[in-house]
Amino acid sequence: MYGNAYIDPNEKPKSIIDGEDPIKLADFEARIARGEKIEPKDWMPREYRKQLIRMIEQHAHSEIIGALPEGTWITRAPGFKRKLALMAKVQDEVGHAQLLYSAAETLGKSREAMINDLITGKSKYSNVFNYPAYTWADACVIAWLIDAGAIINQVANAKGSYGPYGRALDRICTEESFHLKYGHDNVVTLATGTPVQRKMVQEALTRWWPPIMHFFGPSDKISNHTEILMRWKVKMATNDDMRQQFLNMYVPKIWDLGLTVPDANLKKNEETGLWNYTEPDWDEFKRVINGGGPCNAERLAVRRMAEEKGRWVRAALLNKSEKYVTPLA
Amino acid sequence: MIQSLDPRIAREKINEENNIAPLTEMDNWETYEVFHQKKRGDQHIHVGIVHAPNPEMAFLFGKEQYGRRGISVNMWVVKTSNVFASDYDDSDIFDTVPEKQYREAGGYKVMSKINKYKKENTL
Ligand SMILES: [Fe+2]
Ligand SMILES: [Fe+2]
Repeated sequence: MYGNAYIDPNEKPKSIIDGEDPIKLADFEARIARGEKIEPKDWMPREYRKQLIRMIEQHAHSEIIGALPEGTWITRAPGFKRKLALMAKVQDEVGHAQLLYSAAETLGKSREAMINDLITGKSKYSNVFNYPAYTWADACVIAWLIDAGAIINQVANAKGSYGPYGRALDRICTEESFHLKYGHDNVVTLATGTPVQRKMVQEALTRWWPPIMHFFGPSDKISNHTEILMRWKVKMATNDDMRQQFLNMYVPKIWDLGLTVPDANLKKNEETGLWNYTEPDWDEFKRVINGGGPCNAERLAVRRMAEEKGRWVRAALLNKSEKYVTPLA
Repeated sequence: MIQSLDPRIAREKINEENNIAPLTEMDNWETYEVFHQKKRGDQHIHVGIVHAPNPEMAFLFGKEQYGRRGISVNMWVVKTSNVFASDYDDSDIFDTVPEKQYREAGGYKVMSKINKYKKENTL
Protein backbone atom coordinates (compact mmCIF):
# COMPACT_ATOMS: atom_id res chain seq x y z
CA MET A 1 0.00 0.00 0.00
CA TYR A 2 -0.02 3.12 0.59
CA GLY A 3 0.20 6.75 -0.22
CA ASN A 4 2.95 9.26 -0.44
CA ALA A 5 5.14 9.92 2.54
CA TYR A 6 3.67 12.44 4.91
CA ILE A 7 5.88 15.46 5.26
CA ASP A 8 5.21 17.78 8.14
CA PRO A 9 4.18 21.10 6.57
CA ASN A 10 6.03 23.00 9.29
CA GLU A 11 9.30 21.41 8.36
CA LYS A 12 11.35 24.08 6.59
CA PRO A 13 14.12 22.68 4.45
CA LYS A 14 17.07 24.84 3.57
CA SER A 15 18.15 24.42 0.01
CA ILE A 16 18.25 20.66 -0.15
CA ILE A 17 21.44 20.57 -2.16
CA ASP A 18 23.36 22.81 0.24
CA GLY A 19 26.97 21.70 0.67
CA GLU A 20 26.87 18.88 -1.91
CA ASP A 21 29.91 18.28 -4.11
CA PRO A 22 28.90 19.96 -7.40
CA ILE A 23 30.76 17.49 -9.64
CA LYS A 24 29.33 14.42 -7.96
CA LEU A 25 25.89 16.02 -7.95
CA ALA A 26 26.11 16.74 -11.68
CA ASP A 27 27.14 13.12 -12.38
CA PHE A 28 24.32 11.84 -10.21
CA GLU A 29 21.73 14.01 -11.93
CA ALA A 30 23.05 13.11 -15.38
CA ARG A 31 22.73 9.42 -14.55
CA ILE A 32 19.09 9.88 -13.55
CA ALA A 33 18.40 12.02 -16.60
CA ARG A 34 19.74 9.19 -18.79
CA GLY A 35 17.17 6.90 -17.15
CA GLU A 36 19.78 4.90 -15.22
CA LYS A 37 19.03 3.65 -11.73
CA ILE A 38 20.85 4.52 -8.54
CA GLU A 39 22.13 1.53 -6.56
CA PRO A 40 22.78 1.25 -2.81
CA LYS A 41 26.51 2.00 -2.64
CA ASP A 42 26.41 4.81 -5.21
CA TRP A 43 27.16 8.35 -4.17
CA MET A 44 23.89 10.20 -3.55
CA PRO A 45 22.93 13.59 -2.12
CA ARG A 46 22.11 13.52 1.58
CA GLU A 47 18.58 14.69 0.95
CA TYR A 48 17.98 12.00 -1.68
CA ARG A 49 18.90 9.36 0.88
CA LYS A 50 16.86 11.00 3.62
CA GLN A 51 13.71 11.40 1.53
CA LEU A 52 13.90 7.85 0.22
CA ILE A 53 14.38 6.38 3.67
CA ARG A 54 11.40 8.36 4.91
CA MET A 55 9.26 7.39 1.95
CA ILE A 56 10.13 3.68 1.80
CA GLU A 57 9.98 3.31 5.57
CA GLN A 58 6.52 4.92 5.78
CA HIS A 59 5.42 2.72 2.92
CA ALA A 60 6.67 -0.39 4.79
CA HIS A 61 4.89 0.69 7.99
CA SER A 62 1.69 1.21 6.00
CA GLU A 63 1.83 -2.34 4.71
CA ILE A 64 2.37 -3.87 8.11
CA ILE A 65 -0.20 -1.69 9.88
CA GLY A 66 -2.61 -2.01 6.94
CA ALA A 67 -2.67 -5.75 7.54
CA LEU A 68 -4.37 -5.13 10.92
CA PRO A 69 -7.83 -3.80 9.95
CA GLU A 70 -8.10 -6.52 7.31
CA GLY A 71 -6.59 -9.26 9.45
CA THR A 72 -9.32 -8.60 11.96
CA TRP A 73 -11.83 -9.99 9.45
CA ILE A 74 -10.11 -13.28 8.57
CA THR A 75 -11.96 -15.38 11.14
CA ARG A 76 -15.27 -13.75 10.27
CA ALA A 77 -14.95 -13.61 6.47
CA PRO A 78 -18.06 -15.24 4.95
CA GLY A 79 -17.16 -18.67 3.65
CA PHE A 80 -14.04 -20.76 3.43
CA LYS A 81 -12.84 -19.41 0.08
CA ARG A 82 -12.98 -15.80 1.31
CA LYS A 83 -11.12 -16.74 4.47
CA LEU A 84 -8.38 -18.32 2.38
CA ALA A 85 -8.25 -15.36 0.01
CA LEU A 86 -8.14 -12.79 2.80
CA MET A 87 -5.43 -14.72 4.59
CA ALA A 88 -3.41 -14.76 1.38
CA LYS A 89 -3.92 -11.02 0.92
CA VAL A 90 -2.91 -10.19 4.48
CA GLN A 91 0.16 -12.39 4.12
CA ASP A 92 1.05 -10.51 0.92
CA GLU A 93 0.78 -7.18 2.74
CA VAL A 94 3.12 -8.33 5.50
CA GLY A 95 5.45 -9.61 2.78
CA HIS A 96 5.31 -6.16 1.14
CA ALA A 97 6.43 -4.64 4.42
CA GLN A 98 9.42 -6.97 4.49
CA LEU A 99 10.39 -6.18 0.90
CA LEU A 100 10.16 -2.48 1.61
CA TYR A 101 12.06 -2.61 4.91
CA SER A 102 14.81 -4.39 2.98
CA ALA A 103 14.90 -1.68 0.33
CA ALA A 104 15.10 1.04 3.00
CA GLU A 105 17.84 -0.91 4.80
CA THR A 106 20.12 -0.67 1.77
CA LEU A 107 20.13 3.09 2.43
CA GLY A 108 21.63 2.57 5.86
CA LYS A 109 18.76 2.50 8.37
CA SER A 110 18.40 -0.82 10.18
CA ARG A 111 15.09 -2.65 10.34
CA GLU A 112 15.22 -2.46 14.14
CA ALA A 113 15.57 1.32 14.00
CA MET A 114 12.59 1.58 11.65
CA ILE A 115 10.41 -0.60 13.87
CA ASN A 116 11.42 1.42 16.91
CA ASP A 117 10.39 4.61 15.14
CA LEU A 118 7.06 3.06 14.18
CA ILE A 119 6.32 1.93 17.72
CA THR A 120 7.17 5.25 19.33
CA GLY A 121 5.08 7.11 16.75
CA LYS A 122 8.12 8.92 15.37
CA SER A 123 7.46 7.73 11.84
CA LYS A 124 4.09 7.75 10.17
CA TYR A 125 2.11 5.26 8.15
CA SER A 126 -0.82 5.75 5.83
CA ASN A 127 -3.52 7.62 7.66
CA VAL A 128 -6.36 5.45 6.34
CA PHE A 129 -5.40 2.68 8.73
CA ASN A 130 -6.24 4.80 11.72
CA TYR A 131 -9.91 4.09 10.98
CA PRO A 132 -11.69 0.87 11.94
CA ALA A 133 -13.26 -1.75 9.68
CA TYR A 134 -16.70 -1.90 11.35
CA THR A 135 -18.26 -4.52 9.10
CA TRP A 136 -17.25 -7.11 6.51
CA ALA A 137 -18.19 -4.52 3.88
CA ASP A 138 -15.53 -2.16 5.24
CA ALA A 139 -12.92 -4.87 4.69
CA CYS A 140 -14.21 -5.26 1.11
CA VAL A 141 -14.09 -1.52 0.40
CA ILE A 142 -10.54 -1.39 1.78
CA ALA A 143 -9.42 -4.31 -0.38
CA TRP A 144 -10.90 -2.73 -3.49
CA LEU A 145 -10.46 1.01 -3.19
CA ILE A 146 -7.54 1.47 -0.81
CA ASP A 147 -5.57 -1.09 -2.75
CA ALA A 148 -6.62 0.66 -5.96
CA GLY A 149 -5.17 3.90 -4.63
CA ALA A 150 -2.06 2.04 -3.52
CA ILE A 151 -1.59 0.61 -6.99
CA ILE A 152 -1.72 4.05 -8.60
CA ASN A 153 0.92 5.24 -6.16
CA GLN A 154 3.08 2.14 -6.47
CA VAL A 155 3.00 1.94 -10.26
CA ALA A 156 4.19 5.57 -10.38
CA ASN A 157 6.92 5.03 -7.78
CA ALA A 158 8.12 1.80 -9.43
CA LYS A 159 9.55 4.01 -12.20
CA GLY A 160 11.56 6.03 -9.69
CA SER A 161 15.33 6.25 -9.73
CA TYR A 162 16.28 4.10 -6.73
CA GLY A 163 16.93 0.52 -7.91
CA PRO A 164 15.99 -1.48 -4.79
CA TYR A 165 12.71 0.43 -4.29
CA GLY A 166 11.74 -0.08 -7.94
CA ARG A 167 12.48 -3.80 -7.78
CA ALA A 168 10.46 -4.23 -4.58
CA LEU A 169 7.55 -2.31 -6.12
CA ASP A 170 7.53 -4.39 -9.30
CA ARG A 171 7.10 -7.50 -7.20
CA ILE A 172 4.47 -5.80 -5.02
CA CYS A 173 2.42 -4.54 -7.98
CA THR A 174 2.08 -8.06 -9.35
CA GLU A 175 0.50 -9.18 -6.08
CA GLU A 176 -1.65 -6.07 -5.78
CA SER A 177 -3.49 -6.99 -8.95
CA PHE A 178 -4.89 -10.00 -7.08
CA HIS A 179 -5.89 -7.76 -4.15
CA LEU A 180 -7.75 -5.41 -6.44
CA LYS A 181 -9.66 -8.19 -8.21
CA TYR A 182 -10.46 -9.87 -4.91
CA GLY A 183 -11.72 -6.59 -3.41
CA HIS A 184 -13.79 -5.73 -6.47
CA ASP A 185 -15.33 -9.20 -6.51
CA ASN A 186 -16.38 -8.80 -2.87
CA VAL A 187 -17.85 -5.34 -3.38
CA VAL A 188 -19.73 -6.50 -6.48
CA THR A 189 -21.12 -9.49 -4.57
CA LEU A 190 -22.52 -7.19 -1.88
CA ALA A 191 -23.70 -4.49 -4.29
CA THR A 192 -25.58 -6.99 -6.46
CA GLY A 193 -26.91 -8.91 -3.46
CA THR A 194 -29.83 -8.52 -1.07
CA PRO A 195 -31.07 -5.08 0.08
CA VAL A 196 -29.29 -5.67 3.40
CA GLN A 197 -25.99 -6.37 1.62
CA ARG A 198 -26.40 -3.30 -0.61
CA LYS A 199 -27.09 -1.13 2.41
CA MET A 200 -24.04 -2.53 4.18
CA VAL A 201 -21.67 -1.82 1.30
CA GLN A 202 -23.14 1.66 0.74
CA GLU A 203 -22.58 2.52 4.40
CA ALA A 204 -19.01 1.26 4.24
CA LEU A 205 -18.33 3.32 1.12
CA THR A 206 -19.79 6.40 2.80
CA ARG A 207 -17.55 5.87 5.82
CA TRP A 208 -14.43 5.27 3.76
CA TRP A 209 -14.84 8.06 1.22
CA PRO A 210 -13.22 10.83 3.31
CA PRO A 211 -10.16 8.69 4.18
CA ILE A 212 -9.91 7.67 0.51
CA MET A 213 -9.87 11.32 -0.54
CA HIS A 214 -7.15 11.94 2.07
CA PHE A 215 -5.18 8.97 0.83
CA PHE A 216 -2.90 10.76 -1.63
CA GLY A 217 -2.22 13.63 0.76
CA PRO A 218 -2.83 17.38 0.49
CA SER A 219 -1.96 19.27 -2.71
CA ASP A 220 1.78 19.62 -3.06
CA LYS A 221 3.17 23.03 -2.49
CA ILE A 222 4.88 24.17 -5.65
CA SER A 223 8.38 24.61 -4.33
CA ASN A 224 11.96 24.27 -5.36
CA HIS A 225 12.10 21.32 -3.00
CA THR A 226 9.33 19.40 -4.80
CA GLU A 227 10.86 20.27 -8.13
CA ILE A 228 14.25 18.80 -7.16
CA LEU A 229 12.64 15.63 -5.78
CA MET A 230 10.80 15.21 -9.07
CA ARG A 231 14.00 15.76 -11.03
CA TRP A 232 15.69 13.10 -8.90
CA LYS A 233 12.76 10.75 -9.59
CA VAL A 234 11.99 10.36 -5.93
CA LYS A 235 8.56 11.92 -6.27
CA MET A 236 7.00 10.61 -9.45
CA ALA A 237 3.64 12.38 -9.57
CA THR A 238 1.93 15.11 -7.60
CA ASN A 239 -0.63 14.13 -4.98
CA ASP A 240 -3.36 15.88 -6.98
CA ASP A 241 -2.42 14.05 -10.18
CA MET A 242 -2.70 10.71 -8.43
CA ARG A 243 -6.02 11.65 -6.85
CA GLN A 244 -7.37 12.65 -10.27
CA GLN A 245 -6.17 9.40 -11.76
CA PHE A 246 -7.91 7.47 -9.00
CA LEU A 247 -11.20 9.33 -9.43
CA ASN A 248 -11.07 8.86 -13.16
CA MET A 249 -10.55 5.13 -12.92
CA TYR A 250 -12.82 4.24 -10.01
CA VAL A 251 -15.72 6.68 -9.68
CA PRO A 252 -17.32 5.31 -12.88
CA LYS A 253 -16.91 1.77 -11.56
CA ILE A 254 -18.57 2.76 -8.26
CA TRP A 255 -21.43 4.45 -10.09
CA ASP A 256 -21.78 1.36 -12.29
CA LEU A 257 -22.87 -0.56 -9.21
CA GLY A 258 -25.53 2.05 -8.44
CA LEU A 259 -23.66 3.14 -5.31
CA THR A 260 -23.57 6.75 -4.18
CA VAL A 261 -20.35 8.62 -3.49
CA PRO A 262 -21.04 10.98 -0.59
CA ASP A 263 -19.92 14.15 -2.37
CA ALA A 264 -22.55 16.18 -4.23
CA ASN A 265 -19.83 18.13 -6.03
CA LEU A 266 -18.15 15.10 -7.54
CA LYS A 267 -18.34 15.52 -11.30
CA LYS A 268 -16.00 15.23 -14.23
CA ASN A 269 -15.34 18.41 -16.15
CA GLU A 270 -15.50 17.06 -19.69
CA GLU A 271 -13.50 19.97 -21.09
CA THR A 272 -10.50 19.70 -18.81
CA GLY A 273 -10.89 15.97 -18.13
CA LEU A 274 -10.43 16.75 -14.43
CA TRP A 275 -12.77 15.89 -11.59
CA ASN A 276 -14.37 18.50 -9.39
CA TYR A 277 -14.81 17.48 -5.77
CA THR A 278 -15.33 18.97 -2.37
CA GLU A 279 -11.97 19.78 -0.83
CA PRO A 280 -11.25 17.10 1.78
CA ASP A 281 -11.10 18.19 5.40
CA TRP A 282 -7.36 18.55 5.88
CA ASP A 283 -7.68 19.58 9.51
CA GLU A 284 -9.26 16.22 10.23
CA PHE A 285 -6.40 14.58 8.30
CA LYS A 286 -3.79 16.37 10.41
CA ARG A 287 -5.61 15.61 13.62
CA VAL A 288 -5.74 11.89 12.82
CA ILE A 289 -2.22 11.52 11.45
CA ASN A 290 -0.88 13.18 14.58
CA GLY A 291 -2.49 10.61 16.83
CA GLY A 292 -6.11 11.71 17.16
CA GLY A 293 -7.82 9.05 15.07
CA PRO A 294 -10.08 6.29 16.36
CA CYS A 295 -7.48 3.52 15.95
CA ASN A 296 -4.01 5.11 16.26
CA ALA A 297 -3.46 3.82 19.79
CA GLU A 298 -4.77 0.35 18.98
CA ARG A 299 -2.64 -0.06 15.86
CA LEU A 300 0.59 0.83 17.65
CA ALA A 301 -0.31 -1.20 20.72
CA VAL A 302 -0.92 -4.32 18.64
CA ARG A 303 2.38 -3.84 16.85
CA ARG A 304 4.14 -3.36 20.17
CA MET A 305 2.57 -6.50 21.58
CA ALA A 306 3.76 -8.50 18.57
CA GLU A 307 7.32 -7.22 18.95
CA GLU A 308 7.32 -7.85 22.67
CA LYS A 309 5.85 -11.34 22.54
CA GLY A 310 8.25 -12.43 19.81
CA ARG A 311 11.31 -11.00 21.45
CA TRP A 312 12.38 -14.07 23.45
CA VAL A 313 12.01 -16.29 20.38
CA ARG A 314 14.22 -14.01 18.31
CA ALA A 315 16.76 -13.80 21.13
CA ALA A 316 16.80 -17.58 21.56
CA LEU A 317 17.61 -18.06 17.89
CA LEU A 318 20.28 -15.40 17.73
CA ASN A 319 23.78 -16.59 17.06
CA LYS A 320 25.88 -14.09 19.00
CA SER A 321 28.92 -14.46 16.81
CA GLU A 322 27.06 -13.12 13.75
CA LYS A 323 27.33 -9.50 12.68
CA TYR A 324 24.95 -7.37 10.70
CA VAL A 325 26.04 -6.11 7.32
CA THR A 326 23.89 -3.96 5.03
CA PRO A 327 22.09 -6.11 2.43
CA LEU A 328 23.40 -5.84 -1.10
CA ALA A 329 20.37 -5.04 -3.19
CA MET B 1 -6.23 -0.54 28.19
CA ILE B 2 -6.89 -0.86 24.48
CA GLN B 3 -10.57 -1.04 23.54
CA SER B 4 -11.04 -2.74 20.20
CA LEU B 5 -13.87 -3.82 17.91
CA ASP B 6 -11.87 -6.98 17.40
CA PRO B 7 -12.59 -9.42 20.23
CA ARG B 8 -9.18 -11.05 19.78
CA ILE B 9 -7.47 -7.76 20.51
CA ALA B 10 -9.84 -6.72 23.31
CA ARG B 11 -9.10 -10.06 25.04
CA GLU B 12 -5.38 -9.30 25.13
CA LYS B 13 -5.93 -6.31 27.46
CA ILE B 14 -2.99 -4.45 25.93
CA ASN B 15 -1.52 -1.56 27.83
CA GLU B 16 -1.99 1.79 26.08
CA GLU B 17 1.36 3.12 27.28
CA ASN B 18 4.48 2.36 25.32
CA ASN B 19 6.47 0.56 27.99
CA ILE B 20 8.58 -1.82 25.95
CA ALA B 21 12.31 -1.55 25.54
CA PRO B 22 13.45 -0.53 22.06
CA LEU B 23 14.67 -3.25 19.72
CA THR B 24 18.43 -3.51 19.82
CA GLU B 25 20.88 -4.19 17.03
CA MET B 26 20.65 -7.75 15.59
CA ASP B 27 17.22 -8.27 17.19
CA ASN B 28 16.10 -9.06 13.62
CA TRP B 29 19.34 -10.99 12.90
CA GLU B 30 21.63 -10.75 9.90
CA THR B 31 20.54 -10.91 6.25
CA TYR B 32 20.71 -13.56 3.55
CA GLU B 33 20.55 -12.96 -0.19
CA VAL B 34 17.96 -15.19 -1.87
CA PHE B 35 18.32 -16.69 -5.36
CA HIS B 36 15.65 -18.74 -7.05
CA GLN B 37 15.40 -20.84 -10.17
CA LYS B 38 12.06 -20.47 -11.91
CA LYS B 39 12.24 -23.71 -13.83
CA ARG B 40 14.74 -26.48 -14.40
CA GLY B 41 17.30 -25.39 -16.94
CA ASP B 42 17.14 -21.68 -15.99
CA GLN B 43 19.87 -19.80 -14.16
CA HIS B 44 19.28 -18.97 -10.50
CA ILE B 45 18.55 -15.28 -10.14
CA HIS B 46 18.67 -12.92 -7.19
CA VAL B 47 15.19 -12.07 -5.88
CA GLY B 48 15.87 -10.20 -2.64
CA ILE B 49 16.85 -10.71 0.97
CA VAL B 50 15.51 -12.15 4.20
CA HIS B 51 16.52 -11.65 7.82
CA ALA B 52 17.32 -14.92 9.53
CA PRO B 53 19.42 -16.37 12.34
CA ASN B 54 20.75 -19.32 10.30
CA PRO B 55 20.66 -20.74 6.74
CA GLU B 56 17.81 -23.15 7.44
CA MET B 57 15.53 -20.39 8.67
CA ALA B 58 16.70 -18.13 5.85
CA PHE B 59 15.53 -20.83 3.49
CA LEU B 60 12.14 -21.14 5.21
CA PHE B 61 11.61 -17.38 5.11
CA GLY B 62 12.88 -17.22 1.53
CA LYS B 63 10.46 -19.93 0.48
CA GLU B 64 7.56 -18.13 2.15
CA GLN B 65 8.51 -14.68 0.88
CA TYR B 66 9.63 -15.43 -2.68
CA GLY B 67 8.26 -18.89 -3.45
CA ARG B 68 4.74 -18.96 -2.05
CA ARG B 69 3.09 -18.61 -5.44
CA GLY B 70 4.84 -21.69 -6.77
CA ILE B 71 7.13 -19.95 -9.23
CA SER B 72 10.35 -21.60 -8.07
CA VAL B 73 11.76 -25.10 -8.43
CA ASN B 74 14.93 -24.42 -6.46
CA MET B 75 16.29 -21.81 -4.07
CA TRP B 76 19.66 -20.77 -2.69
CA VAL B 77 20.31 -18.56 0.31
CA VAL B 78 23.69 -16.96 0.85
CA LYS B 79 24.71 -14.94 3.85
CA THR B 80 25.12 -11.31 2.72
CA SER B 81 28.47 -11.06 4.46
CA ASN B 82 29.76 -13.97 2.36
CA VAL B 83 29.17 -12.21 -0.93
CA PHE B 84 32.19 -10.49 -2.41
CA ALA B 85 30.85 -7.71 -4.60
CA SER B 86 32.37 -5.06 -6.83
CA ASP B 87 31.79 -1.40 -6.22
CA TYR B 88 29.68 0.66 -8.63
CA ASP B 89 32.36 3.33 -8.31
CA ASP B 90 34.75 0.88 -9.90
CA SER B 91 32.47 -0.10 -12.76
CA ASP B 92 35.22 1.05 -15.15
CA ILE B 93 37.01 -2.21 -14.36
CA PHE B 94 34.59 -3.73 -16.86
CA ASP B 95 35.59 -1.23 -19.55
CA THR B 96 37.89 -2.66 -22.15
CA VAL B 97 39.53 -1.85 -25.48
CA PRO B 98 36.97 -0.91 -28.13
CA GLU B 99 38.38 -3.39 -30.68
CA LYS B 100 37.45 -6.84 -29.40
CA GLN B 101 36.68 -8.64 -32.64
CA TYR B 102 39.23 -11.28 -31.67
CA ARG B 103 36.84 -12.36 -28.90
CA GLU B 104 33.84 -12.71 -31.19
CA ALA B 105 32.82 -15.47 -33.55
CA GLY B 106 32.28 -12.82 -36.22
CA GLY B 107 35.92 -11.84 -36.00
CA TYR B 108 36.95 -14.97 -37.87
CA LYS B 109 36.27 -15.01 -41.63
CA VAL B 110 37.80 -17.92 -43.52
CA MET B 111 35.59 -18.36 -46.59
CA SER B 112 37.40 -15.72 -48.67
CA LYS B 113 40.71 -17.43 -48.00
CA ILE B 114 39.30 -20.84 -48.88
CA ASN B 115 37.71 -19.56 -52.07
CA LYS B 116 40.92 -17.79 -53.11
CA TYR B 117 42.91 -20.94 -52.49
CA LYS B 118 40.45 -23.08 -54.42
CA LYS B 119 40.50 -20.72 -57.38
CA GLU B 120 44.27 -20.47 -57.54
CA ASN B 121 44.73 -24.18 -57.24
CA THR B 122 41.80 -25.08 -59.51
CA LEU B 123 40.49 -27.65 -57.08
FE1 LIG C 1 0.56 -4.03 -0.30
FE1 LIG D 1 -2.60 -4.81 -1.27
